[in-house]
Amino acid sequence: MDTSRRKFLTYAGVSVLGLAAMPAVDAWASDTPYVVSSKQLKATRWAMVVDTTKLNSEADFAPLIEACHSIHNVPDIPTKQNIKWIWYDERERVFPDDENPYMAEAFEHKNYLLLCNHCFEPPCVRVCPTKATFKREDGIVMMDFHRCIGCRYCMAGCPYGARSFNFMDPRLHLDAAKENKEFPTRTKGVVEKCNFCYERLADGKLPACVEASKGALIFGDLDDPKSEVRKVLKERYSIRRKPSIGTQPNVYYLI
Amino acid sequence: MLETALKGSSRYWGWLVVLLGVIGVGAGMYLVQWNQGLTITGLSRDVSWGFYIAQFTYMVGVAAAAVMLVLPYYFHHYKAFKNMIILAEFQAIAAVTVCLGFIVVDLGQPQRLMNVLLHPTPNSILFWDMVVLNGYLFLNLVIGWVTLQSERKHVHPPKWVKPLVYTSIVWAVSIHTVTAFLYQGLPGRHYWLTAILAARFLSSAFCSGPAILLLVALLLEKLTDFRAGEEAKRSMAKIITYAMCVNVFFFLLEVFTGFYSNIPGHEHTIKFLFGFEHGNYVAVCMWIAAVLAIGSLALLIPPAWRDNAKVLPVALIALVVATWIDKGLGLLIGGFTPTPFETVTEYAPTVPELLISLAVYGTGALVLTILYKVALTVKKEVS
Amino acid sequence: MYDGSKIIVGLLVFVGMMTFPFWNNIGKAAYKTPELKLPPKSVATECVEGKEFMREKHMQLLNDWRDEAVRNGERLYVSQANHKQYQISLQNSCMKCHDNKEEFCDKCHNSASVSPYCWDCHIAPPKKGN
Repeated sequence: MDTSRRKFLTYAGVSVLGLAAMPAVDAWASDTPYVVSSKQLKATRWAMVVDTTKLNSEADFAPLIEACHSIHNVPDIPTKQNIKWIWYDERERVFPDDENPYMAEAFEHKNYLLLCNHCFEPPCVRVCPTKATFKREDGIVMMDFHRCIGCRYCMAGCPYGARSFNFMDPRLHLDAAKENKEFPTRTKGVVEKCNFCYERLADGKLPACVEASKGALIFGDLDDPKSEVRKVLKERYSIRRKPSIGTQPNVYYLI
Repeated sequence: MLETALKGSSRYWGWLVVLLGVIGVGAGMYLVQWNQGLTITGLSRDVSWGFYIAQFTYMVGVAAAAVMLVLPYYFHHYKAFKNMIILAEFQAIAAVTVCLGFIVVDLGQPQRLMNVLLHPTPNSILFWDMVVLNGYLFLNLVIGWVTLQSERKHVHPPKWVKPLVYTSIVWAVSIHTVTAFLYQGLPGRHYWLTAILAARFLSSAFCSGPAILLLVALLLEKLTDFRAGEEAKRSMAKIITYAMCVNVFFFLLEVFTGFYSNIPGHEHTIKFLFGFEHGNYVAVCMWIAAVLAIGSLALLIPPAWRDNAKVLPVALIALVVATWIDKGLGLLIGGFTPTPFETVTEYAPTVPELLISLAVYGTGALVLTILYKVALTVKKEVS
Repeated sequence: MYDGSKIIVGLLVFVGMMTFPFWNNIGKAAYKTPELKLPPKSVATECVEGKEFMREKHMQLLNDWRDEAVRNGERLYVSQANHKQYQISLQNSCMKCHDNKEEFCDKCHNSASVSPYCWDCHIAPPKKGN
């Protein structure tokens, strides 16, 4: 048994394509030792809808952030070199283009949830020199921490400030007793961000923040007209961050 | 030919020891960075590139500048640059060495550097920058070394060098264009997202690179019996003056577009850089740069001053400092200010960061010294 | 030969230094494959592949696992030895049985002078204190 067999078969398959030997190739190719779990939640364009009317006080945001940061071993570093996967900030920082000196009081200083937008046209993926960050077939903008060389080009490329760099060993700021033993930490020198809980989707579970949000976050497939995200976007007014720069975020905010 | 670098005066060896000392201190500091990570720098989540990448950018310009001499010499047979040409090519080699050094010290996972080759990604400009920089290094090494060797043997350089020379001319433009593309293709970074960035890069390169080269040549004339030639020096000063005029003009174009259009994104960075908003040390530096830039032009434009051996070095130093602040400080800090949240996060390089940078520059100086020693020894032998 | 004596001395020094590892090890005990502590039979009786395969190729297998899981989203591995399915995960599969990193992973790695960076990120099971 050889694990490079799959690669060999890929090449072999390509080379016999011209001989119209497809049936035989199909039979071989199904022999690959790697399988997608039957529990995997599938989509072609994962998206998140944030119901901002349900997220107001710090008490509304905290459980979401805690849910994410605790299971993903995200440290809290009390400096400018902090790591954030999901957090919140005031309206003028989240939607800086929406300049309005006479904004209604209720919205003027309202806080909004922030996370990676999993853009349909992600600039971070375009600039990465090693494909360490890439777009999956289901639309998730993924990080391969094994491959990242830490050049931080993606951080310059991201127009949303969604990416964090491990300036130091994150374990210095993690409590070993509280680490989630089923998920890795990161090493110093790599970039990280929200991964839409790809590991939970593979297990048939929704992202941790969605689960903790009591309905404030809706997660689903934008390409499926019957999905809950499509339904709610059809009914209510929604906006996205910095729509003018063409990145097509897959995180929507219901106002 | 390399053996000629092994025989030198005590001043030559003393200088090498000084450089090795600087490199040693920085290398020690780099070990600390290797162990602790980039946390020892002033970089942050919001300003994720800083002094290292800025120096890289500036030195790509210096490397590209060799074309300002190579082009007249080879395309237009401008023989006055005869003595300078090898210095220009060797300066390019040293400059690219510095560039590569700054890229490496900036990486979070330098041991994975080869991933760029293992997983080539043509949609990344950084991949192309790696290609053009290494290509340029190779071209200049081959061209410089082979022509010098031919000169030593009193023969014409082999015919195959010519196509390489012509390639290197186009290539020089490409290295700085690609470096500008690193920045100007990023959505959401107001200061960089401008079509004139590549043109600004080239104009700033074509004044600052030859200026450094001319300063070094003047120094060599003082220290050794190397002579650049009066006509060569005057021509270089002219090239530098024109390029600096264009450089300042291009910057003013940015200022016009930002302020006349009154679009906040375009204005914000320039206001920050010149201290109209959130003033800090960067504003002081930028004003110094502005004054020095205008001052250098005031000294360079009148021919009488430009050709004056006392005035010229002062003007050149002013020019180099001005362009260095603009590109080695303002460009990067300005690009990350404002942040994607339209806030300001301050950045200043730390002492370890500066020491490591000094070591990278020291390595470049070491390479330059050895190459120049070889070149000057050969020139002396031949004459 | 100009400077003949200097050259010969230089050559001798060079050859001496190049062969240092060999004569430094003369007379020392031969290399012994370290004895690894396998998980007790009550935990597991077989690995995802046979013993010989794992000893020889676990690094390639882990490399392939990593790419398949992280990059292709294929998170299950079908063993070619026993045809069972395993979840691809260093932390949640391998080290659930091999829960003693010091006695299993480190022993060989130390003896072979390799230091894979797996555990810079992946969390090893708590130390057993032996």
